Amino acid sequence: MELEAAKMIGAGLAAISLAGAGVGIGIIFGNYLSGAMRNPSAAQKQFPNLLLGFALAEATGLFGLVVALIILFAF
Amino acid sequence: MATNPMHQFNVYRIGPEIKLGEVDISFTNASLFMVISSITILLIFNFGSKKNSLIPNKIQLLAELSYSFISKMINDTAGSEAKPYFSFIFSLFMFVLFCNMFGMIPYSFTVTSHIIVTFVLAAFVFIGVNIIGFIKHGFGYLKLFVPSGVPIILLPLIVVIEIISYLSRPISLSVRLFANMMAGHTMMKVFGGFVVGLGIVGGWLPLSFAVALTGLEILVAFLQAYVFAILTCIYLNDALNLHH
Repeated sequence: MELEAAKMIGAGLAAISLAGAGVGIGIIFGNYLSGAMRNPSAAQKQFPNLLLGFALAEATGLFGLVVALIILFAF
Repeated sequence: MATNPMHQFNVYRIGPEIKLGEVDISFTNASLFMVISSITILLIFNFGSKKNSLIPNKIQLLAELSYSFISKMINDTAGSEAKPYFSFIFSLFMFVLFCNMFGMIPYSFTVTSHIIVTFVLAAFVFIGVNIIGFIKHGFGYLKLFVPSGVPIILLPLIVVIEIISYLSRPISLSVRLFANMMAGHTMMKVFGGFVVGLGIVGGWLPLSFAVALTGLEILVAFLQAYVFAILTCIYLNDALNLHH
């Protein structure tokens, strides 16, 4: 296989990790919403935790994106 | 410029070339934007604290809001013992926030989209937290790697995992900020390229996407600065209150 083609395929495979980030963000917001519906008075206090979880979940997916970009541009 | 979405991350020299031995320390566009954001922070807090009126004007409100926001965050996550480190965490937060926000201006340069910048910030945090922990607890700080209530058979495995996760903290802290900023800006440039490519007929759809993405990116710019600061607080909490 051509090296260039292999690089493209590898970068595409590495970008699949963003699917996990999507699932994670969906779970975080969905669970926050259902929790906030059950107990709206406690919702405001957990908002910073929601943002923290969102950022942490998004970051793990972006690590995969960084791998993809490294494959494409650094080698 | 529109053809390559990675072109926006180019660092180039402005002004004369300065060399310190083998190291190139000339003034670049990255250093220019660092200087701009630092000066903006200084100006805001100088004007914000000059006339302390009971009814604050806009700049004073900005300064007071950010101060109380970070002060509350440190108190909630790291406890009152972390009060002496307020100024460090506050300046860290404001610097990252302003670098992110200045990057949102079109044709400007995002300092935090370069891994060396974020890694230096994260390395400062990591080394500082280690020094604080060892000064406060001596070699008892190593107890951090031995969680209580773990069966003795599992302990060798757990300790190795804890050490690896501890050592990967600066890497994950820096890569998180860097990847978020770089991915967002690349995505915005890609959609901008679609607008140009599809022309006047089909370009409206990616244009509306790009507008929505700009809003999301401003949220992310704030959120990543916040996460950077709150993770610093969490690491500091580990060092200050061992086995809380």
